Amino acid sequence: MHSTPKSEGDIPARFESGVWGWLNRRTGLDNLLRTALDEPIPGGARFAYIFGSGLLFIFISQVITGIFLALYYVPSADHAHTTVAYITKAVTAGSFLRSLHAYGASAMVVVLFLHLSQTYVYGAYKGRRELLWLSGCALFGLVLAMAFTGYLLPWDQRAYFATAVGTNAVSEIPWIGESIKRLMRGGTEMGTLTISRFFVAHVFLIPAFIFALVASHIFLFRKAGAAGPVNEDPYHPKQDAELFYPRQVLMDLSLTALLIVGLGVLCFFVPVQLGPSANPADAQYVPRPEWYYLPIFQWLKYWHGSAAIIGVLAIPTLLVLAILALPFLDRSVERRPWKRPAAMGAYAFVVFSLVGLGLRSQYLDRHDSGVAQQLAKQRAEEDEYARKPFEPELSSASLAAANVTLADPLAANGKTIFEGQSCNACHGDGGGGTAAAPALLGVKAKFSPDQLADLFKHPTAKMNAGGMPPIDLPPNDLKALIAYVESLK
Amino acid sequence: MFEGAEHSENTTHKSSPPGLSLESRRSFLGGLLGLGSFLVGALLSVPLIRFALFPLLRRTTDLKESSVGALTDFSSLTEPVMRTIQIEQVDGWRKAVSEKAVYVTRDNQGQLRALTSICPHLGCTIPWNKEKNQFACPCHGATFAADGTRVSGPSLRGMDTLETSVQDGQLRVRFQYFRQLVADKEIIG
Repeated sequence: MHSTPKSEGDIPARFESGVWGWLNRRTGLDNLLRTALDEPIPGGARFAYIFGSGLLFIFISQVITGIFLALYYVPSADHAHTTVAYITKAVTAGSFLRSLHAYGASAMVVVLFLHLSQTYVYGAYKGRRELLWLSGCALFGLVLAMAFTGYLLPWDQRAYFATAVGTNAVSEIPWIGESIKRLMRGGTEMGTLTISRFFVAHVFLIPAFIFALVASHIFLFRKAGAAGPVNEDPYHPKQDAELFYPRQVLMDLSLTALLIVGLGVLCFFVPVQLGPSANPADAQYVPRPEWYYLPIFQWLKYWHGSAAIIGVLAIPTLLVLAILALPFLDRSVERRPWKRPAAMGAYAFVVFSLVGLGLRSQYLDRHDSGVAQQLAKQRAEEDEYARKPFEPELSSASLAAANVTLADPLAANGKTIFEGQSCNACHGDGGGGTAAAPALLGVKAKFSPDQLADLFKHPTAKMNAGGMPPIDLPPNDLKALIAYVESLK
Repeated sequence: MFEGAEHSENTTHKSSPPGLSLESRRSFLGGLLGLGSFLVGALLSVPLIRFALFPLLRRTTDLKESSVGALTDFSSLTEPVMRTIQIEQVDGWRKAVSEKAVYVTRDNQGQLRALTSICPHLGCTIPWNKEKNQFACPCHGATFAADGTRVSGPSLRGMDTLETSVQDGQLRVRFQYFRQLVADKEIIG
């Protein structure tokens, strides 16, 4: 795997002795570093080649911010929104990190598009690079899947309804669409099972595939070698090569620096907002996907009923197959764009279509006064929610106690007696039980009110031994106490 | 290095200035880049560290003070009176609201004092016995004076006092739990 066998004299001084020397002798770190940095680039370093490492940087940033966000996030319909609100409003630097993760997803899509465009326009998929291209396509799909699954997790109105539409679109696929939708949602409707599924996909499944494919993508890239400029032979590069280090590294780092500064400024000054919690009953809500899904969103509007098979299944399938098959179909060694009019035409057509569809969607939203009004209202609701301070979620235990009080005035009176007679001292608050006496929850199933009244007046020997005294109360109070004890669940 | 191996030998480099080898120039740049990356990395870690250390920077669990009632309600207090307070326990992003019984009474200087109704012996709720003018625990017979001091029975200490404060004419109390079966009051939560 190493080009030139390195003699001892070749190793720079810092790797010969001390801790570095020891580490190097044990790990071969120097060779590893050289292999990474001494990659030859035919025709020399260029700014056109910076996007791949930019993607790697964002991916690593997404992994790190994602892991940190998981410190506070809970994937369940009950808690997801509260925990994201906690991250955004309460936790130090939480809003910044969440913004970094959310904007990072958008930045990933942008840089991915630039990387793909550069590869396509430069004809860098040619010359024994079929697998490199295929792994890249798979990574593109996985990144879009990450964006789709991650979008739902905050469980606010925007996330909920965008995903409802997204999963509905899947059901338009003839024959199997409905089953796929149910599988994605974990049921016919969106709910807590949907969050679990999306969370597992977003955090375990897709990242595992991405790690594996990024590794193979880089391996296949190094195996095939850098393609170089458009006038280079894709099979047997002839132009003088320059090593990746230092000039290309510096160029790559300039993109990284731009991303760091750009994302940092954006996240600091315009943090991503969290809207109000998802309300599935809101029939007014107008869902809109994230900007990079707008073209697909708009496209699907045109195909309904029997035409769906063409628009939802046939055309996208053909497009994806054509993209995947590209290096197999286009076998010429010609890489100069101006000599590849068909390829450039197809590229321009697809890009203009996507941009056109996205703009069309925006245009329609702005010019339909009903929709525009509703969207403005939704934004206002988001702003309003964003300004509110964080409100902790009431735990279910407290709710149960409150509900009993509300349900039945007799039982409510009984609760006062239960506490006034210090029944809760041994049987616990809300009859939950303590070390001194058993819980009274579900007592209704075992004893009728008359049996309970009898037990209260004449405790059994076992109860006596446990310290339960006979209860001597006026009949109405006894009735209230029994009503309360029977209400305990 | 893979198929591109043969190229590394043809690699062109700009000629280095005399006296400064290519290797040392590259090492210097490498060092600079290493340092730069380290500094940028350190800068980027700041929000991550602040995010993870949030529980050290702020309270993530809290027991809020609860209102017991207006001070004027207790101005003519002659014997302990039981009040049910709502306590709010914050635990990260959730909170539990529960009700607890406390007594408002006077200490030997006549100052208002709040007592938890939980017996310091084994945790039963202690009722006030009007006839005997003392607190009498129904479980194991511990008794306490009106100000909460221990009188008799198995308890090793008097009833536990709770921190109080006055805000906007309201008596407020911070409810806490204390270790049972020990002579000295010890907060457990």
